[in-house]
Amino acid sequence: MGRIGRRHALPGFGLTLGYTTVYFCLIVLIPFSALFLKTASGGWEHFWETVTAPRVVASYWVSFGISFLAAVVNGVFGFIGAWVLVRYRFPGRRILDAIVDLPFALPTAVAGIALTALYAPNDGIGELLKPYGIKVAFTQLGIFVALTFIGLPFVVRTLQPMIQNLSEDLEEAAACLGANRWNTFWRVIFPALMPALLTGVTLAYGRAVGEYGSVVFIAGNLPFKTEITPLLIITKLEQYDYSGAAALGFVMLTASFFVLLLSNGLQSWDNKRKGLG
Amino acid sequence: MAGNISLSHPASALRLATAESPVARAVLITITTGFFALFLLLPLAVVFQQAFSKGAEIFFKTLQDRYTLDAIRLTLLVAAIAVPLNTLFGLAAAWSLTRFRFPGRSLLVTLIDLPLWVSPVIGGLIYVLVFGAQGWVGPWLMERDVRVIFAVPGIVLATVFVTFPFVARGLIPLMQAQGVSEEEAALTLGANGWQIFWRVTVPKIKWGLLYGVILCNARAMGEFGAVSVVSGHIRGKTNTMPLHIEILYNEYQFAGAFAVASLLALLALATLILKTYAEWRAAQNLRDL
Repeated sequence: MGRIGRRHALPGFGLTLGYTTVYFCLIVLIPFSALFLKTASGGWEHFWETVTAPRVVASYWVSFGISFLAAVVNGVFGFIGAWVLVRYRFPGRRILDAIVDLPFALPTAVAGIALTALYAPNDGIGELLKPYGIKVAFTQLGIFVALTFIGLPFVVRTLQPMIQNLSEDLEEAAACLGANRWNTFWRVIFPALMPALLTGVTLAYGRAVGEYGSVVFIAGNLPFKTEITPLLIITKLEQYDYSGAAALGFVMLTASFFVLLLSNGLQSWDNKRKGLG
Repeated sequence: MAGNISLSHPASALRLATAESPVARAVLITITTGFFALFLLLPLAVVFQQAFSKGAEIFFKTLQDRYTLDAIRLTLLVAAIAVPLNTLFGLAAAWSLTRFRFPGRSLLVTLIDLPLWVSPVIGGLIYVLVFGAQGWVGPWLMERDVRVIFAVPGIVLATVFVTFPFVARGLIPLMQAQGVSEEEAALTLGANGWQIFWRVTVPKIKWGLLYGVILCNARAMGEFGAVSVVSGHIRGKTNTMPLHIEILYNEYQFAGAFAVASLLALLALATLILKTYAEWRAAQNLRDL
């Protein structure tokens, strides 16, 4: 009975934190340290040679560059989509809302072969685009399509709760002060949603950079043209170049770390702004 | 909204100024529907269309093929190990991280998400570096005839890694929002830890828990990149369903590949339906508090 007076005297702290820490170390931390040690064991020269090889640098442009374009396009259409799903009522809205998460639920290999079938030159959309000379599958445009598919839910799902919580008083105040809808949007609504939009785009970008399954089928995987960095890691592993694979893994991990840092920074910026407002 | 009426403006004029015009509205709805149909619905529909493109006979023949059945069995086995492990972890992590304050807490919350943000290929790579032929413990294990890489244990490990955060990140915000007052009340009434957990906490979090488990399971059954690195693609032995799809596809057995893919697409649809339901119930639960 002596425990009653203490706050937060719930039991299980040692057991649950101990289990969490041990499991985390076994599954995540120790294997990751293997990556760092393997990278270091190859020596600085080998590391630098591996990560700046022309074929590898070309793959950075493909992975990081196309991911950026896909994230930006998702920013535009994800914003419109989130707005429409929260603010408007129309038949089919619930279905559209539920289907947004499809890229989370559909295995990436399934998405990969489906998109390839859809955009291959002799099928579906690919056939429609062929007369205009637009090739999608097995080009960089195909990678862009796959990465757009993968990233869309991040933007929509980050923005939706923010639009929901947007105070309509502000919009009414702007309207009462004589602003038309267009001005209200750009001067009141958009600035309020900006941090959430950037967070969503950052998350979509982070996911796209590391994506493998949905890309390898549609990419064509031509060195210097449509080869992504994760695929090069696998190629190096298949050649038993473990330290080379580790070096590329290290580069990608560093990139993911900065993306995660950026999204955390954006979120705290948003919280701070809200706290001040 | 009630403010509208008390203002001197006619309500309809104010509504016009605080909402898009019907034309803009129609355009935005059309853009959204079009974009979602193109990028989400169409790829899903194509899976089923292609699966039956060579007739139902090929479809059912593929699904009864020995290697397909082996792949389904392995996928179910891997999920049956990975999902409970990560559910247990998610519960322990959420309990320790939301019920107590301690130094390093927010760092741990961030680190748990790490597997979601690294490439799945890296998720496979790190286990090759530990257990592979040139890895830390690989040679030692090999002397004892224990195989991890290019065998089922490696596939399980890689799957556990990529699905690691799902249950935890579903529960942590939920349990944070619910607070501890009910658990503390149970404690003062003399309940012990397990009684509090099973009778107070579990009923409160069950929909959030289900939500995490569903997503964890979908990813576990569908993981491709990480598993592909550690599997070795041995037919009938280390081939999961997504890897089997790749093999069939690369052998130009497109209808067969899509037949197996359609099973995973059905799983994805079931996941979306269950998830939407669990989300709705979880929100309801939180509102009832």
